[in-house]
Amino acid sequence: MKAGVVVFPGSNCDRDMAVALRAAGATVAMVWHKETALPPGLDLIALPGGFSFGDYLRCGAIAARAPVMRAAADFVRRGGFALGVCNGFQVLAEAGLLPGALMRNSGLKFTCKDVALTVETTDSAFTAAYAPRAAISLPVAHHDGCYVADAATLSAIEAEGRVAFRYRGANPNGSAGAIAGVLSANRRVLGMMPHPERAADATLGPADGAALFAGLVSALETA
Amino acid sequence: MKARVTVTLKPGVLDPQGQAIAQALGALGFEGVEAARQGKVIELDLAETDAARAEAAVRAMCEKLLANTVIETYAVELRP
Repeated sequence: MKAGVVVFPGSNCDRDMAVALRAAGATVAMVWHKETALPPGLDLIALPGGFSFGDYLRCGAIAARAPVMRAAADFVRRGGFALGVCNGFQVLAEAGLLPGALMRNSGLKFTCKDVALTVETTDSAFTAAYAPRAAISLPVAHHDGCYVADAATLSAIEAEGRVAFRYRGANPNGSAGAIAGVLSANRRVLGMMPHPERAADATLGPADGAALFAGLVSALETA
Repeated sequence: MKARVTVTLKPGVLDPQGQAIAQALGALGFEGVEAARQGKVIELDLAETDAARAEAAVRAMCEKLLANTVIETYAVELRP
């Protein structure tokens, strides 16, 4: 399985993302934001966390219009897989590759802590390795993670089982429906605010994120 | 021409920053502030001299970048 990890100016989880993907067995290429084409033979494009372009204008707004994102959008339209974590989720939403938007946390504060999550669906390459409705814990670290979408979009997402992860117990940012991660209609694009790549190596602590990368690599190897 | 773009949250989109502003004004003794909404203003200096063409261009800029129309609306003011 070959993955490309996009690097924007201000990305800071790009190397963690690459480490987590490699640990799960993927071959990883780093892709600079000015590239106009993706490396050949990619199965997955990963958009990492960070503060791309200083969060200027809106989080992810400038990155979503970077040259590489045109290639990424074509890749997704052709059925390619994409994973966006934290700022990467904001970029996917700004690029229109996922519905909705991410706004300032309802508490107005930057939130950096482990959060309890429920895996809401195992019907995706990203979540296939989790037990149904698994209770997991992953770290969040964001200022703008409040997921919003209009009522019709939210009900469609819920009806189609496209909520991948939901905050369990306290909602750290005021997200609609306590949504922490959402899938595209074809279930091949996942955006999530919690950081699976920061909890993917048991040597370093909790590793509930490892199953996401293991499941993804396994699904895309056999695809 | 100069363009002034005002970007504000759509009605109904929760604005926690606006709520904090309204609360802070109340705490300072300013009575009767029933609501506050926070937005942003973007000023552009344009080479274009034709108002209609300038407005069309700025609206395209708003749709493509300056506003996220999922949650925001925008208004464009032009002056020579």
